[in-house]
Amino acid sequence: MSDGTATARPAVESLLRLGDDRLVLGHRLSEWCGHAPILEEDIALGNIALDLLGQAQGLLKLAGALEGHGRDEDALAYFRDAGEFRNVQLVELPRGDFAHTMIRQFLFDAYDVLLTDRLAGSPHADVAGIMAKAHKEARYHVRHSGDWVVRLGDGTDESHVRAQRALDALWPYTGELFAADAVDVAAAGVGLGVDARTLRDEWQAMVTAVVAESALRMPSSLTVAEVPAGGREGRHTEHLVQMLAEMQVVARAHPGASW
Amino acid sequence: MTRPSPAELARLLGDGWDPAPAATRAVDGAAADGPGVRVAEPATADAVWAGLDGVPDPEVPVISVVELGIVRDVHVTGDGAVTVTITPTYSGCPAMREIERDVRAALVRRGWADVRIDTVYAPAWTTEWMTDAAREKLRAYGIAPPRAGAAALVALRRATPRDQARPDAVDRAAVPCPRCGSADTRLQSAFGSTACKALHTCTACGEPFEEFKPI
Repeated sequence: MSDGTATARPAVESLLRLGDDRLVLGHRLSEWCGHAPILEEDIALGNIALDLLGQAQGLLKLAGALEGHGRDEDALAYFRDAGEFRNVQLVELPRGDFAHTMIRQFLFDAYDVLLTDRLAGSPHADVAGIMAKAHKEARYHVRHSGDWVVRLGDGTDESHVRAQRALDALWPYTGELFAADAVDVAAAGVGLGVDARTLRDEWQAMVTAVVAESALRMPSSLTVAEVPAGGREGRHTEHLVQMLAEMQVVARAHPGASW
Repeated sequence: MTRPSPAELARLLGDGWDPAPAATRAVDGAAADGPGVRVAEPATADAVWAGLDGVPDPEVPVISVVELGIVRDVHVTGDGAVTVTITPTYSGCPAMREIERDVRAALVRRGWADVRIDTVYAPAWTTEWMTDAAREKLRAYGIAPPRAGAAALVALRRATPRDQARPDAVDRAAVPCPRCGSADTRLQSAFGSTACKALHTCTACGEPFEEFKPI
């Protein structure tokens, strides 16, 4: 198999997009380990990060196998530069305060629970298996982050202000989740991806319902010019560069090491 | 949490559990050559399954990797090579490497050295595969077993009319306390000491307890 064929390239790209979203968000969540406001949350965020990293591991392994250049999941995670990552910019933004982390998590989880449900029916057995499991995990994730959106939004004045600030700041980045391009459409055609435009209405309904319970105000709809994009093609913020420098430093300092 | 005594564990686990301290047990193939160890029986699928049923899950040692449904398949070829297919309970379960090592060690200990372990994702692991006997062992150990039915998810967010309309909102009942049986319990966190467990508190007896989450 080669990435030069018409069918392999979108498939590899799609698996990288799915895997990189999870790898990067999982790393951002793991940054809370030892810093969360309560012990239970420390454990919860660590568990959710593990789920996402485990999903990323399976997806990147498949991407590497399909690519056919001998790169395994570790090579893809630790020896690619930012320009080769295919995650949306939403997941690479710094974790910010706890409200920022939880609002971002909810916006992603609501998307993820829909996406994984679709891909659990993939004709590709490995993708179906990874995504069926990921969907079960995502159902726990979205309940957790959704609960926090309500608690923070409808909590103290301080938590409300912070949650609203986070929602307003993150909202423009959600557009990229649903901006399907030719790669997505081609990958969706063979069951290795989803045309995310088809998820948007249901996602919007889920987010609107939870925000309505939270006493937060939904941000107004965005014009195309306001929506950051490019993560799927490898255009990223400087935050990803900094994150990867930290995430990859040990693997790059000791290539081939095992422990 | 009060841990069961070795004798209690042996009773819970039934035959096949070795209550001797870990240090006195054979841990690898070399020890299997020692005095008193019988010559390896031929590897058959049934014998391998039986051997694996004595391998406890490292995070929930009261049940075996077979009872948990982690072992999906066993294949033995004519030359005695054994392939064991396993599946992770959660995508990022950190115990999977240890499970691989334990599975291999258990088979090598029986004299079957040619062991290959394959990890598969499909079909996705589910607590539905856990037997009633395994659920009872969990409960006796102090862990609330996963409730049957895939719909039995814990509601963390406050229930709303929208939630009630969802097909997965059927079972909102509190998890019964595995110690005193009271249904007057509350969820502390859906994310516990391991990915597969949630943390609850019993209002009746005041004890915290873990639940094996349905997934």
